[in-house]
Amino acid sequence: MAFDEMSGYGGDVRDSYRGLARWLADAPEGLLQARSRQAELFFRRMGVTFAVYGEAESSERLIPFDVVPRIIGAAEWAGLEAGLIQRVNAINAFLGDVYGAQECLKAGIVPSELVLTNPHYAPEMQGRRPPRGVWVHIAGVDLVRTGEDGFFVLEDNCRTPSGVSYMLENREMMMRLFPDLFADYPVRPVETYADMLLASLRACAPEAAGNDPTIVVLTPGPFNSAYYEHSFLADKLGVELVEGPDLFVDDGKVFMRTTQGRQRVDVVYRRIDDDFLDPLTFRPDSALGVPGLMTAYQEGTVTLANAVGTGVADDKAVYTYMPDIIRFFTGEEPILKNVPTWRCREPEALKYVLANLGDLVVKEVGGSGGYGMLVGPASTKAEIEAFRKKLIADPGEFIAQPTLDLSTAPTLDKGELAGRHVDLRPFVLSSPDGVRVAPGGLTRVALKPGSLVVNSSQGGGTKDTWVLDV
Amino acid sequence: MRIRIDHSTTYAYDRAARFIIQTLRLTPRSSEAQTVRDWRIETNVDARLRRSEDAFGNIVHALYTEQPTQSLTVRVSGEVVTTDTAGVVPQDQETLSPLVFLRDTPLTQRDQLISVFASEFSAHPALERMHRLMAAIHGSVAFEVGVTTPTHTAAEVLALGRGVCQDHAHVFIACARQMGVPARYVSGHLLRSDRDDQDAAHAWAEAWIDDLGWVGFDPANGVCPTERYVRVATGLDYLGAAPVRGASYGGGGERLAVRLSVRDADMQQSQQQA
Amino acid sequence: MLSRTADSLYWTGRYIERADFLARILEATLRLAAIPTRGDGDAETVWASALASAGAPKALGRAPTEKSVREYLAFTPDNPSSISACITRARTNARSVRTALTIELWEALNGAWNGLAEQGQPTRRDDFVRFLEWVKTTTLAVEGATSRTMLRNDAYYFLRLGAAIERADNTARLLDVKYHLLLPEGERVGGQLDYFQWTTLLREVSALTAYRWVYRDSVKPWLVADLLVLNRQMPRSLASCQASIVRYLERLANDYGRRGPAQRLAAERMRAFDNSRIESIFQAGLHEYIQEFLAENGQLGMAIHDQYLS
Repeated sequence: MAFDEMSGYGGDVRDSYRGLARWLADAPEGLLQARSRQAELFFRRMGVTFAVYGEAESSERLIPFDVVPRIIGAAEWAGLEAGLIQRVNAINAFLGDVYGAQECLKAGIVPSELVLTNPHYAPEMQGRRPPRGVWVHIAGVDLVRTGEDGFFVLEDNCRTPSGVSYMLENREMMMRLFPDLFADYPVRPVETYADMLLASLRACAPEAAGNDPTIVVLTPGPFNSAYYEHSFLADKLGVELVEGPDLFVDDGKVFMRTTQGRQRVDVVYRRIDDDFLDPLTFRPDSALGVPGLMTAYQEGTVTLANAVGTGVADDKAVYTYMPDIIRFFTGEEPILKNVPTWRCREPEALKYVLANLGDLVVKEVGGSGGYGMLVGPASTKAEIEAFRKKLIADPGEFIAQPTLDLSTAPTLDKGELAGRHVDLRPFVLSSPDGVRVAPGGLTRVALKPGSLVVNSSQGGGTKDTWVLDV
Repeated sequence: MRIRIDHSTTYAYDRAARFIIQTLRLTPRSSEAQTVRDWRIETNVDARLRRSEDAFGNIVHALYTEQPTQSLTVRVSGEVVTTDTAGVVPQDQETLSPLVFLRDTPLTQRDQLISVFASEFSAHPALERMHRLMAAIHGSVAFEVGVTTPTHTAAEVLALGRGVCQDHAHVFIACARQMGVPARYVSGHLLRSDRDDQDAAHAWAEAWIDDLGWVGFDPANGVCPTERYVRVATGLDYLGAAPVRGASYGGGGERLAVRLSVRDADMQQSQQQA
Repeated sequence: MLSRTADSLYWTGRYIERADFLARILEATLRLAAIPTRGDGDAETVWASALASAGAPKALGRAPTEKSVREYLAFTPDNPSSISACITRARTNARSVRTALTIELWEALNGAWNGLAEQGQPTRRDDFVRFLEWVKTTTLAVEGATSRTMLRNDAYYFLRLGAAIERADNTARLLDVKYHLLLPEGERVGGQLDYFQWTTLLREVSALTAYRWVYRDSVKPWLVADLLVLNRQMPRSLASCQASIVRYLERLANDYGRRGPAQRLAAERMRAFDNSRIESIFQAGLHEYIQEFLAENGQLGMAIHDQYLS
């Protein structure tokens, strides 16, 4: 039986959920359903949508929102926070080292081959240091839980982690729907995220930018699945939302085209992948990027957040070395555990994985969004056999993990509350002033009974995440 | 040898470009094998040039035009004094681990054909393998101008069996990487014995051989580079070493023209003296 | 403001204005087509005139029918002059600059787009008329949200500029079509059919009552032209549109502290209006006058584009 966020292993209601349990007991019949419908109407009216890959361009969907919050107690959070800060510090140090002296490769902490042949390693960054030395300005760390103290890091997102708009919108929605509930609960605010992010990005501007750097959010455009989030963030930050063609590089500096002529840009919070950033350096067919952007970046006249080449730190194969990376760079024991992982590139591990495919989760090292993975217990024989062939053909491309019994949280399903599996993505910001974690995050919930896949592209929903003050 | 190079690239537009930005990899670096003298870079219109070095160790100029431009010519010229190193590249300027050159790029993506082609040589030691690979590509891909474009991949070229030096180099690189040998693309110039004026710059490949380091292979000609070769830039593939990559704003109907002359400066001088 | 943002606002303004105009044209055409005709091909002429008014005279080849024109002007997704394409494009443009809009305006635009799907593509005439009613109400809601909630800054001016340029274009084409296409040969100018056509058109651009107020006279072609070309009180007249364009361009110039070619061109054209009389326009030929106006309006659009939107 899975650990439940509200009732543990079926015992008493856990401390952090007591107030909610009382409130639910008093709530009139049908109230949650009514609120749930209200929320959906509101989200649709606001156009809080995402596009689904593989569907027509115009398709826009709502991510289902569950009105029952996921609650994390103060002490639980303190542990997570310390672990996240430690981990992200190590990731930044790791990237600085990979693109610098490569001490961790020389010391054999991570196999050189794994890093240097990794498709996300950017040779263009070798020997470079981003402005102010920060690599991962914004990280989204996916956590799962299997027991009272059993938090695990499932994966690190160090490129362009998304979902923070849902963290903010979900909170706003909950305060609108259940104001009385907030009166009784000491929930830490997440609304300060925009201010934290702005301060963090400003602090990472190039030295020459002065006290009032110009920051922009760079989006691939309205057809990107996360466009809503890009526009939402630009709005909250109070900065321009730009597309590639709005920017240009002249004389090694970045400018944007405005109705009053060109304006210098100092920090680009970019939500497009490395490959598309600059057609003169990366994919020549990219119309999303800015010709010459890498030249400006290498001259140090502009900050890109996140830095180029950070994908090498969130690769699933490199992930397996993260505990050693943390030890090497912080000199401390990792506070947050990794999920035990078999690296299929290692023959012994491969043998084990092939023998136990039906019980394991196998993931492509470069995959994301829940695509290209096998969930053994949920797959048919034929699916497993098809996957076996892929795995044997290219074992280096895969890792395997035990099927974790993810914790459940009470979730509204056809008017009834039922336990559904959840994960948690907190957002971590880095700047020269330090690493900070927004008190909350995105809780994703697998809405189908028993399902472990929480990805929004595959039928997952979201919840508001409450971090309690006491 | 003293090799005199005069290389100009012209982009002409039917409708003037408001602004042009280019990344130029046209300037060779001096090394133990080649000394660069009197290198000049000129443009026919007012433009700003900023020199830097990329992570691959290439000299890069970023070019920015100053006003609407109907036609932009970038001309580089100078002299390079070369010595023969039997194809071995002096190891004085490597910033990247050879492992980096094992990765695929879209232009060097491997397929079934590449892997079968490469598998024929697996029995031999590395250096021998690369020589045999070079000879095999020289034999299998006929030199022919106009059948391929810069977007043709190694796999496409091998299937087609025809191409230019860039294509030969891509096939070599893809096969070498398939065998687990780091390989990279080199753009440069070749002093030809039959003519001074050429249609395009030359390209070949380099493979990493333990104990020797980077060794050049010119599969288009089936030989290792000699003192008649001038290295200009290296990269993972053509795109990483391309002489010019650029973008124009507001320009319509772009056309490219290249003029290149590679001469033996000693010969020229002795002829003049005679 | 980003040039692209200004461009999107400008086109949001244009597309909403165009959607409204198309709905009105279609309504007018349905009425005109209902007049008993004297011979073959009259219905065809009426529907062809609708296409011409929409700026797409040749879109459907030789023999446009009620069905084909209705479909083309109301629903064809890839026709930039169809209502559904206009609303979709207005919303797409708005979506890419959401942060420059008030929530009310965004909700109005997003609501229009959501409404398209709910409305479907009615084929029955009465359903179709209800669809056109919905379009007019919807664009009016966008208009209301714009004027009631938007700050009077550059975002507002670009929205309005787009609408004014579009409106000028539409009025000009409408007039031209009425004079040159609609009245069958042999019909008397000022005759029964002519009269009916004019009143229908005036009603559809909400100008019939205005006409009576201004001229206190029966509907006469030259007075209608005067109303739609020179009358500054009539919001759809060319002169009014031109005055709006000048006004918004001037405000931009003030806010930005810089005048440019667009301001100069617009002011020059305004002076030409101030010195015009309808008699002399008719003497020189209304058709020629309108063609010239359309060309100049296009040039002004380009000047705005070059100065601000690119």
